[in-house]
Amino acid sequence: MTVRQIAEILDAEILCCEELADSVNIHSACGSDMMSDVLAYVKDQGMLLTGLVNPQVVRTAEMMDMCCVAFVRGKRPDAAIIQLAQSKNIILLTTQERMYPACGKLYKAGLDAGKPI
Amino acid sequence: MSELIHLHYDVDGEDFVSCGHASEDVRRTLKSIGISGEVIRKVSIAMYEGEINMVIHADGGVADVSICEDGIVVTLSDTGKGIADIDQAMQEGFSTATDEIRELGFGAGMGLPNMKKYSDSMDIKSEVGKGTVVTLKFNL
Repeated sequence: MTVRQIAEILDAEILCCEELADSVNIHSACGSDMMSDVLAYVKDQGMLLTGLVNPQVVRTAEMMDMCCVAFVRGKRPDAAIIQLAQSKNIILLTTQERMYPACGKLYKAGLDAGKPI
Repeated sequence: MSELIHLHYDVDGEDFVSCGHASEDVRRTLKSIGISGEVIRKVSIAMYEGEINMVIHADGGVADVSICEDGIVVTLSDTGKGIADIDQAMQEGFSTATDEIRELGFGAGMGLPNMKKYSDSMDIKSEVGKGTVVTLKFNL
């Protein structure tokens, strides 16, 4: 599904790279506040859901070839983080949803957990 | 193997915010010379883990990347406190990171195991009180 569809499901605000929201397709996602675990256990997921807000979230997403990060629980990154994501063409979303329902809604809509490694 | 490109970076131990710059730059360089996506991913993740480790545990250090025809060698050197028991440090989940680091999303004890997983070979030399040198090799 497109990032635009994901944003609608999560009732999320698109914080940057909105011009890519209709063309970037996401097939699987993961949710974690521990970037260590994302780096260790994730493969081929196009999207990260997290409640952690710091620049290393964007760098972790980049290293994992992810195209979208959704901040849950209403977390909102500062301008420097948004600029960093913009420079890497990583779409940032923010939603009031908590982690569990956010993941559940996307899973129910067809976004799976990807391949285990 | 003859070296085609050598990259050198100082990793600032005081600056968690900009940690990852070296890995980003290596990633860009590897892309620009047409290295496969899978290799780029492995190098980036392993080196990024190394950079994070240097900032968390060793007040920074230096990273050297040697790109050759048949492989890439990443050397991460620091003059930090060293690793007392390398076998223990290699166990998944073992970490000496502080709660403050965990609040930043790291320190789950996956750094070194992850570097080993993503590289084709890894060597660690460490002396307590003097520092650590981690050498990662990736086949092309």
